[in-house]
Amino acid sequence: MEPSLETYLALSGILFAIGAVGVIYKRNAIGMFMCIELMLNAVNLSFVAFARHYGDVTGQLFVFVVMAVAACEAAVGLGIIITFFRNRESIDVDDASIMRN
Amino acid sequence: MVTALFYLLAGLAIACAISCVYHKNPLYSAVSLIGVFLSLACIYLTLSAPFIAVTQILVYAGAIMVLVIFVIMLLNLDEDKPLNSLTYLYGVGGGLGLLLIAQAIFVFYAVNTAGQESVDSTAAGKTLSIGLAMYTQYLLPVEIVGILLLMAIVGAMIMSRRIREPNQRKAEKAVE
Amino acid sequence: MEPIVKTLFPFIVISVGIIAVFGGVMMIVAYTVLAERKVLGWIQGRIGPNRVGPWGLFQPFADLLKFILKEELIPDQSTRFIFYLAPLVALTCAFMPMIVYPFGPEIVGSFDFLPYGLGEGIKSLPLRVADLDVGVLYVLAITSVGVYGIALAGWSSNSKYSLMGGLRSSAQMISYELAMGASVIGVVMLAGSLSLGDIINAQINSTFRWFIIPQFIGFVVFLIAAFAETNRVPFDLPEAETELVAGFHTEYSALKFALFFMAEYVNMFTVSVMAVTLFLGGWYIPGLDYLARTVGMEWLFGVGTIGYALISHVGFLLKIFAFLFFYIWVRGTLPRFRFDQLMNFGWKFLLPVALANVILTVVVVFLVGRFW
Repeated sequence: MEPSLETYLALSGILFAIGAVGVIYKRNAIGMFMCIELMLNAVNLSFVAFARHYGDVTGQLFVFVVMAVAACEAAVGLGIIITFFRNRESIDVDDASIMRN
Repeated sequence: MVTALFYLLAGLAIACAISCVYHKNPLYSAVSLIGVFLSLACIYLTLSAPFIAVTQILVYAGAIMVLVIFVIMLLNLDEDKPLNSLTYLYGVGGGLGLLLIAQAIFVFYAVNTAGQESVDSTAAGKTLSIGLAMYTQYLLPVEIVGILLLMAIVGAMIMSRRIREPNQRKAEKAVE
Repeated sequence: MEPIVKTLFPFIVISVGIIAVFGGVMMIVAYTVLAERKVLGWIQGRIGPNRVGPWGLFQPFADLLKFILKEELIPDQSTRFIFYLAPLVALTCAFMPMIVYPFGPEIVGSFDFLPYGLGEGIKSLPLRVADLDVGVLYVLAITSVGVYGIALAGWSSNSKYSLMGGLRSSAQMISYELAMGASVIGVVMLAGSLSLGDIINAQINSTFRWFIIPQFIGFVVFLIAAFAETNRVPFDLPEAETELVAGFHTEYSALKFALFFMAEYVNMFTVSVMAVTLFLGGWYIPGLDYLARTVGMEWLFGVGTIGYALISHVGFLLKIFAFLFFYIWVRGTLPRFRFDQLMNFGWKFLLPVALANVILTVVVVFLVGRFW
């Protein structure tokens, strides 16, 4: 017997909630970035669960697109973080309140 | 059997996710997040999506998190500072989290899919069907994603390029 | 009794398979270490280890005993948990790809002699643990996870040499993984499948028998990237002993060091098996089935018999040993790259060549499919 669709959705929801709390709670940019990845993964899980439920490949393709977007996000986001660190010697997002430099 | 495996992996994923948010040290968070990714990959395997499971490990665990750990090691980050001014965010965060978890539990109990028969198909996860769908029905999104990746590469290179010379910057700091 | 046995039977079979594979690989790895010391000795005009047993044959066991009995030192300021975790990650990721490799052809036969009707419906015994639909991707994915062992070891040791080693290793792995993945795409396109078993079958049915002939560029790129992925000379910057003491494992001693050491050699084996399976036909020896038919001894080593499987398996091992010897030979011959040279080579030469190979393969496959 397999777990039902709702079970997967509940797991996905819980992971998403933890990720969302993390984004608010974390103060450094890398931590926030990782929590966003966690939220993306929670969404991926629900996509795959739906794909399995309806026997359709579309959900898995969505996951594929999400992964590609996450990879772009990693490349650009980490680039921003490194540049920010170079200018401020910190990656605390509270220090990002000034647009100068 | 599958149910027991699912609950084991789900517990592992939630524990790792909480540990990722809880730890102040970014490297501990990163290692916990890798744990979440790996357990999610195993859950995808039980959902008969081996291609997505392997891509998950390859892209998330093998590429993105390696980059994150590389940056953490390169910048030699220390522990996260506690909140100084925005203490009310603890309340907001906790409230939002409780709301979202309540929503998840609501979904679990209220949405009833028992009436709908789930289509039992393991063919959807095969590499062949994914490849066929990707290059016929969904060709345009795949191309757009390709362009997006190219833009990200160019963007990352421009972003992390050193515009000013380090000596010049030091001189500026001295002036300040 | 009967239902329990019936439920447990698949688990028992798979467990026995995994134990057999791991045991075999461990023995091969132990003797690769000895062979490396011997061959390096010959290359450098020395004798090599010759004290323990005849020709030093028991040297690996003596080494193992030494590693177990040595005192274990843990740096005072290290991050304990991650310090313990890192060697385990390295070795686990080195071993995990083993389960998808086909070590020989299927043995066709009936298995009705098994009690409780367990052998019902089983027509053949495949010499592999699992045939994943995404075998090639699985191997690449697990290899890419293996970098965490080195990166975390470097970070948790709290030593600047270790940190430098870990940093170099992660940068190197990310760069060369791309070239490795791109070099495999050509083979995957020719075979039309990601499963390693299907790739071998496609090679058997192809014109050239082995994919090394139509995919020679891919093979060379794969080989170079494989050297980088396994941190071997000339790409052994993470543990460059002349610059970084011992790189990422500077602070490791006793059994933890042995785990890293073993992981490196298991990785060598893994990559050799990949190269053999993708480019050299895996276990397939061209002409063996034809020979059996002409000599009229199909009952002994025709396709599907135990004899055929044994000869193919030995051929497979010989191909792997040739690769391992090549590794050692290169180690005895070439100097080390500088780090900027390594990065330039990976990004500006290897990756473009691999991509060009992909495009070339696409064009040729399209034209051949169109006009033949």
